Amino acid sequence: MSDLDSISDDEISLDEVDRAIVRATQAGLPLVPEPYQQVADEVGISSKEVQQRMQRMLELGCIRRIGAVPNHYTLGFRGNGMTVWDVPDEKVREYGKKIGDLDFVSHAYHRPRHLPEWSYNLFAMVHGKDRSEVDIKTAQIAKLLGDDCRAHEVLCSSRILKKTGLRIA
Amino acid sequence: MAIAELRQTAFIPLPIQPPVEAPILPLLTSLEKRLLNEFQHGLPLSPTPYADMAKQLDSSESEVLLLLKKLQKLGYISRVGPVFKPRRVGYSTLAAIAVPREQLEIIAGYVSARPEVNHNYERDHRLNLWFVVTASDQAAVEGVLTEIEQHCGLSVLNLPLLKPFHIDLGFPLWC
Repeated sequence: MSDLDSISDDEISLDEVDRAIVRATQAGLPLVPEPYQQVADEVGISSKEVQQRMQRMLELGCIRRIGAVPNHYTLGFRGNGMTVWDVPDEKVREYGKKIGDLDFVSHAYHRPRHLPEWSYNLFAMVHGKDRSEVDIKTAQIAKLLGDDCRAHEVLCSSRILKKTGLRIA
Repeated sequence: MAIAELRQTAFIPLPIQPPVEAPILPLLTSLEKRLLNEFQHGLPLSPTPYADMAKQLDSSESEVLLLLKKLQKLGYISRVGPVFKPRRVGYSTLAAIAVPREQLEIIAGYVSARPEVNHNYERDHRLNLWFVVTASDQAAVEGVLTEIEQHCGLSVLNLPLLKPFHIDLGFPLWC
């Protein structure tokens, strides 16, 4: 985790040009020698300005990363387990950071409980090649939490019904 | 709830990807693996990012571009580019519904067909339908959830992000 999380959403302002860059790049950068030039032509600014504005969005955290976005499913990582944990609220931050740092966890989030039907307050996406690998990794998290894990479950996806990149108008 | 009405809107064919028990591991060259492992983040913001990648990989710009096009065509990467943090551009939430087995296809189709839904998964749990709703702001997202509840006649669990603990920089595919 970095300082980025301390910046609240309303401190971040994206203007119309930034949003035009988001629209022009959200489906991917063109695979040509000078991709930012092509984006720049579409948006109507210079390539340098596209790069500077994307750099700013990276620093602000609007852009998490720029790179190849792997499709884990086709690469053979079929064990996509959403693990959910009931940990004491006062420790959710400490454990969230520890679990988020594990290299097999792609996302870790604090989400609200909805008692009585939903008692879990910590989510961690665990990736592995299959269900048994996900189970082994889940056991590692359970060990890390010890007695502070009051309950947990693994929700594996049985079907991906829809998966599209973010689209903004 | 009106099943007949739901049926009309459930036009998205299911499933996009069938459940597969045994993973079929793709055969990738060591350069392809390095490319996938080392460039999930950090694509240079330079005039010629692919040439810069090539330099780091002891390859050439044309080879890197060819490989990226191939990986994309085979579906091993969905794209090359920025990954946006949803909450910083609009508002989103994770939602779940416990859908009775016999209504699953219809309701999953209805949810997938909504433009505000960008991810929708069936999961092996009593709460068997999990989806992400993204819209311009919180009120718009909550409006969508209410519409889904009313349309389906089922309650929707709203689990918005309270705190992220991990900046997603991708993760090692091969060690």
